[in-house]
Amino acid sequence: MSDMNSIGVSVKRKEDYRFLTGAGTYTDDVTLPHQSYAAFVRSPHAHAKVTAIRKDKALKAPGVIAIFTGEDLAAAKVGGLPCGWLITDVNGQPMKEPAHPCLAQGKVCHVGDQVAVVIAETQHQAKDAAEQVEVDYEVLPAVVDVVSALKKGAPLIHDAAPGNTCYVWALGDKGAVDKAMAAAAHVTKLEFVNNRLIPNAIEPRAVNASYTRHDESYVLYVANQNPHVERLLMTAFVLGLPEQKVRVIAPDVGGGFGSKIFLYAEDVVLTWASKQVNRPIKWTAERSESFMSDAHGRDHVTTAELAMDKDGKFLAMRVRTAAAMGAYLSTFASSVPTILYATLLAGQYTTPVIHAEVTGVFTNTVPVDAYRGAGRPEATYVVERLVETAAREMNIDPAEIRRRNFIKTFPYQTPVALQYDVGDYEATLAEAMKIADVAGFPARRAEAAKRGKKRGLGYSCYIEACGLAPSSIAGALGARAGLFESGEVRVHPTGKVTVFTGSHSHGQGHETTFAQVVASRLGISVDDVDVVHGDTGRVAFGMGTYGSRSLAVGGTAIVKALDKVVNKGKKIAAHLLEASDTDIEFKDGVFTVAGTDKAVPFGAVALTAYVPHNYPHDKLEPGLDEQAFYDPTNFTFPAGSHICEVEIDPDTGVTKVVNFTAVDDFGNVVNPMIVEGQVHGGLTQGIGQALTEGCIYDKESGQLMTGSYLDYCMPRADDVPSYKVGTKVTACTHNPLGVKGCGEAGAIGSPPALINAITDALGIREIEMPATPERVWRAANKKA
Amino acid sequence: MKISMTVNGKAVSADAEERTLLATFIRESLRLTGTHVGCDTSQCGACTIHMNGRAVKSCNILALQAEGADIVTIEGLAQSDGTLHPMQEAFREHHGLQCGFCTPGMVMSAVDLVKNHPNPSEETIRAELDGNLCRCTGYHNIVKAVKAASAKM
Repeated sequence: MSDMNSIGVSVKRKEDYRFLTGAGTYTDDVTLPHQSYAAFVRSPHAHAKVTAIRKDKALKAPGVIAIFTGEDLAAAKVGGLPCGWLITDVNGQPMKEPAHPCLAQGKVCHVGDQVAVVIAETQHQAKDAAEQVEVDYEVLPAVVDVVSALKKGAPLIHDAAPGNTCYVWALGDKGAVDKAMAAAAHVTKLEFVNNRLIPNAIEPRAVNASYTRHDESYVLYVANQNPHVERLLMTAFVLGLPEQKVRVIAPDVGGGFGSKIFLYAEDVVLTWASKQVNRPIKWTAERSESFMSDAHGRDHVTTAELAMDKDGKFLAMRVRTAAAMGAYLSTFASSVPTILYATLLAGQYTTPVIHAEVTGVFTNTVPVDAYRGAGRPEATYVVERLVETAAREMNIDPAEIRRRNFIKTFPYQTPVALQYDVGDYEATLAEAMKIADVAGFPARRAEAAKRGKKRGLGYSCYIEACGLAPSSIAGALGARAGLFESGEVRVHPTGKVTVFTGSHSHGQGHETTFAQVVASRLGISVDDVDVVHGDTGRVAFGMGTYGSRSLAVGGTAIVKALDKVVNKGKKIAAHLLEASDTDIEFKDGVFTVAGTDKAVPFGAVALTAYVPHNYPHDKLEPGLDEQAFYDPTNFTFPAGSHICEVEIDPDTGVTKVVNFTAVDDFGNVVNPMIVEGQVHGGLTQGIGQALTEGCIYDKESGQLMTGSYLDYCMPRADDVPSYKVGTKVTACTHNPLGVKGCGEAGAIGSPPALINAITDALGIREIEMPATPERVWRAANKKA
Repeated sequence: MKISMTVNGKAVSADAEERTLLATFIRESLRLTGTHVGCDTSQCGACTIHMNGRAVKSCNILALQAEGADIVTIEGLAQSDGTLHPMQEAFREHHGLQCGFCTPGMVMSAVDLVKNHPNPSEETIRAELDGNLCRCTGYHNIVKAVKAASAKM
């Protein structure tokens, strides 16, 4: 399209044609010459000693090339999986970091823990042989929930973590909170569970690793959200390989939602083994393997209190959370229920003092790590369930109690470490109430009651910290990595552009949004901009995509590179136009001498840069290819108001979401179509958490009871409504695009809105997520 | 054993074990990797193809059960000059896809849906897409796309 400025335009996605015609290339679609296949032998027990592994029989099975166990990895000095965020305990000691071996070293700690890998000529042969690997287990008692794991006498999972405790961490002024609580007119107290979720990107994790003897290098195709981080962690911390010898390619990736951020054991094992067998090795998770090996999300047990004065003005908040880490520390596990959780407990409100204490707990379950929202949905659930319940207890309208406590002046320093730069929470709520027709709700409720149905309305006003993250702040909080992003803008001689970004798209549409940013700044067509991502061999460096950071951080790096391109272009134009650089202006793709009609188009400058027959060689090098790194100065703070209206059939317990309104402030919007799509998807995952999804482990055996789509209830098309979505814009003050990020908001704001609506409909105080028909029916039919 | 069928209008045959699923045969033996596999319990629908004119989950049938069948995969839906089928075009126009992984199965199901329910209501579309999981779009724009395509098919 001809689009001098396509910012704010719903440009159709450049990537769609390949996806719609079956030409997308996901990791499992890559098959290499002499391809071999891997299958993993996994623990059927939640907690056991591995006393013997006999592989003789399996080695004789047809097509088997090799079988490796933890013993082989230990002999080769392959390390365990590292955790990227150090949390310091309240006692001043570092968190407990038990070893996380890539293949079991004498012990397994959750169902699905990997014990051995079988490599064979075909996938069938690998799986057949894996069944013939004989493993002797001495089964140990298991503990799968945080409350039981913290009890005295609970089975101990790691000797290195007494009491199954990874850390006890706190934030805020405890003394001030205790004092305010004691003096308050009213304290609302809730105890609740934030249910464990299984991310379930529809593309299962997959790895295809190969080794070339020619230059002793590796290529790893992997379904991953941040290939450079994957490479850095794997080469420097696990395999001890020279980083430049490993190329990690994350090609088309079929959804991530956080679960593909992490360095997984399978990635390491296949990379290492590809050299041992000198063959490319491919592994693609079966869905049942995804359920028991992809990092899970949430799994908190919380007690929370909100103190207020007689007018409902918030005075203090106290939060105690036990958060599951699972059996081992996944890559960013430790930061999710601490740094990404407790810092958000101020929400949109002026609560002056807050104290949170979080205990990280090991359980015999799959590791828990970031899942869409990562800590912020859990924080929002605490705040918005408390606020709504407080409103009911104080007999104040739930919208009114929020308005009385909204932050109204910015920048605003919260009592939990963050400084919000900008927002307009009242306007966002007012817009949501208008779209949701809150005024008409009493009539709709009365009409439903005539049909024997119970209607309820629930609010949620969330905030999130995105654009992860200012490296120095993150470093001070324990991050073991920088959180900047890189971008490169390569202008070709014809004026066409290739952009190399460290961000990664696994559904977000960066190839389009980033092209819009570049095309608009350079005054060229979106069709003339290609975006390259997901390949350490092509992109210089990157930190990847998570925490709704791509446009705010990755996009800003590209803007900085564009500024360099334009500045150099001005110098070349000045030479061509025989003017001073300082007199050159660039607008709509044309360099002009200010105040004259002397002009040269962008394409001519690009050509001159590469065909420098008439060129200022004394001042400039040829070429027009610029790279920039951007480290944000603050987090961004997307915020919004969600209003959910439900109708419950008290006879069946079925909850129907009849209206769902989301008005979000994401700052400036580059592509509204893509942003709305992100909101729709996030809302559906949030509704999934609140209504249908819940990971269940058997308390006795530690078996995963929800290990397939037959047992784990993913939201389907007929479980959710069409959404009403709107935006309010306050531009982010500290990045040049004024953007905040939109990827996680839907999943953050929606669960409490839905539970607030259900509790409103039924006139009850609390219902556990997921609010299944059984739970709702029991609540609706409980004898008083 | 040798298995033969017509795929996207071409006669094809390849050797495969008896236990080979049709999805695996299409992906591995024919290298038509647009058909995706997202689960192992025939719940996600990413592998949906057309077999003798009906939408079928290709992970739920053996390749040899498709001996002699007429199969259409996502690669065979657009016209030979690359012009998209109205359903593909509607998905693009209405942003009915994000990561693209469920998309081939979703599109193949949706084509069958409209064939069986011309001019479907939103309720019908949602009910009929019950067999296809999407984790990205929240279905909102898929429903819009199917509705829009139904007017053009």
